[in-house]
Amino acid sequence: MYLLDNYWIHFAVFTVVIIAFILTMVMGFIYIERRALGFIQVRLGPNRTGPFGLLQPVADAIKVLIKEDIIPSKGDKLIFWLAPLVAFVPVFMIFAVVPFQRGALLADLNVGILYVVAVSSIVAVGVFMAGWSSNNKYSLVGAMRDVAQLISYEIPLGLAILSVVLLAGSLSLTRIVEAQSIPFILLQPLGFLIFFIAALAEVNRCPFDLLEADSEIVAGFNIEYSGMKFAMFFLAEYCEVLVLSALVATLFLGGWRGPLLPPFLWFIIKIVAVFLFVIWIRATIPRLRIDQVMGFAWKGLLPLALINLLITALEVLVWKGTLPWLAIFLNIAIMAVLILLWSKFFRLGGGRVEV
Amino acid sequence: MAIKTESFVLNFGPQHPSTHGVFRMRMTLNGEVVVDMEPVFGYLHRGIEKVAEERTYKQNIPFTDRLDYLASMAGNLAYCLAVEKLADIPVPERAEHIRVIIAELQRIASHLIAVGAFLNDCGAFMTPILYMIREREKILDLFEMVSGQRLTYNFMRFGGVSQDIPEEFMPALEKVIAEMPGFIDEYDRLLAENEILLARAKGVGILPKELAINIGASGPVLRGSGVKWDIRKADSYSIYDRFEFEIPTGTVGDCYDRYRVRIQEMRQSVRIIKQAMEQLPEGEVLTEVPLRLRPPKGEAYGRIEAPKGELGFYLVSDYSPNPYRFHIRAPSLINLTALRDMAVGWKIADAIITFGSIDICMGEVDR
Repeated sequence: MYLLDNYWIHFAVFTVVIIAFILTMVMGFIYIERRALGFIQVRLGPNRTGPFGLLQPVADAIKVLIKEDIIPSKGDKLIFWLAPLVAFVPVFMIFAVVPFQRGALLADLNVGILYVVAVSSIVAVGVFMAGWSSNNKYSLVGAMRDVAQLISYEIPLGLAILSVVLLAGSLSLTRIVEAQSIPFILLQPLGFLIFFIAALAEVNRCPFDLLEADSEIVAGFNIEYSGMKFAMFFLAEYCEVLVLSALVATLFLGGWRGPLLPPFLWFIIKIVAVFLFVIWIRATIPRLRIDQVMGFAWKGLLPLALINLLITALEVLVWKGTLPWLAIFLNIAIMAVLILLWSKFFRLGGGRVEV
Repeated sequence: MAIKTESFVLNFGPQHPSTHGVFRMRMTLNGEVVVDMEPVFGYLHRGIEKVAEERTYKQNIPFTDRLDYLASMAGNLAYCLAVEKLADIPVPERAEHIRVIIAELQRIASHLIAVGAFLNDCGAFMTPILYMIREREKILDLFEMVSGQRLTYNFMRFGGVSQDIPEEFMPALEKVIAEMPGFIDEYDRLLAENEILLARAKGVGILPKELAINIGASGPVLRGSGVKWDIRKADSYSIYDRFEFEIPTGTVGDCYDRYRVRIQEMRQSVRIIKQAMEQLPEGEVLTEVPLRLRPPKGEAYGRIEAPKGELGFYLVSDYSPNPYRFHIRAPSLINLTALRDMAVGWKIADAIITFGSIDICMGEVDR
């Protein structure tokens, strides 16, 4: 592809491709989520707009576009305007470094994963801006929860990523995928669990959806938003799940690698599989309380992530990159022992405060 | 520099997805912790007690449907019992059995919604309540067979029930009753050992035994606190003294206990229905009662163990076709008075599941 070798043409083409990809995937996700939830909850889900309700996301989009745009009169108007953008744009930016297949990415940064972690933290700022500027108590409570939760879960998330980086020997996402002759989910079972749980908390998915807890603070930070600005938050939320699925697929499931089918298709299949798992969790598990969520991060995930990092480092040091199959069984055994230990001694506590 | 923090007031409701209607809590919060709470109700006040004084005794039966609209049959039954006491109306045997079957079915239907809504408040996104509604539908189908209605049944009459059960009712009931225990077990197995549910509900929103008795709580809220008090046994009405069943109780009185009590009560209800089905005699289902009933001067209090607690009707007659006084002792309202004591000191999320575990129906609280 001679044309794509030109820096600017490469840049332009991939920007368009990525945005189109994200938007179609998100539309698909919205449809899949609603239908899958319907299936799990013994109901039908949307099935009236178009064949099998396939046009439901389009109908939703049209509805949201023609909604009245309400700004709270006592809110901070500038921040209220900026917040959806600040929450929305970074999620798109993450996709710049996610490889869809070998060489098919916007920018192959050699510090790719570091970039992902850094950019994804900006979302919290947008959410807090929204919560603050709405001048609403529900949204403020939601925003405070979000900031506390995101900062706490970033640490185990980073540590879990570090152990993957140790195995792959590179921060570049392309190199990490290329290093996975055995998918890292087998070599890093505990790392995978920690990453997945922490990432669920990062994207505010059940059971960590305290930020928008419908039954407590109604919708949390976006309670005052309507119309297109609400749609931006909604899109950002689904994009975050897309990012979560893409990162899990890239870091632990071998990215685009797979037999028979074209690499790009493998990548999408893995993303959708992870996403279905996320929906399954959402449909079955009740929500945690804020102090339990924090306790789980600091007392549960963080020590486990540190131990996991230590073990991985030792393994890499001893076996010097030629990781044998023995490591898989050893790591699964270690994970089982650690989880049993923690489930025995660690309780999601929290109690009454004397007032 | 010292950072100044202050508590703030959050108006929780009346339009809120988890206030089960139009209930309002005026919560004073210190961060996430509920420092003080003031329940505010009255948004659904319809003046039923006053309106009822202007209408004949029989015309008031439909009003009782609209108190606890999730358990209309219980309202019907309690009111009819009160009038029967007042006017001394006999009830045929068959009608008594039908009443027991219907009332226990209603208890299962109401508890299904209570447990489902409680889990919804815990944040289990709609799944438990939709499964619960699936089972409740089967019971509503049965009610539709006997009364033609699915929400406000208007089925009971003074001296019996409005009509005999149709032919297809008993086979359908047998099918529902055969399936129900398996369903309850499955549901219980999925939820009773759920680590997150235990962490959320165990030890949360404790209602001490003494306080529960002092405020006059009843139903699963009282029994969850470990008091063995069930009007079906304590002040047996209808023909409940003929059936064998147990009164499940909790130990500490937290949200989890109340949840467990409801699950176990559903099992006991199935047991009662089975016995009533075996004993169901043939015969009349309604004693003739004049349309403009004039009970002798006096007063009567009819009470039953409704799904939510002790539902009582206090009637005063002055020998006119209308009741002189028509008072409703609504279990939801009395149980709700414990909310402040249960919720203060806990987090917002706890206050909500505590509220959910009381299982109120705003139609009954505000009347």
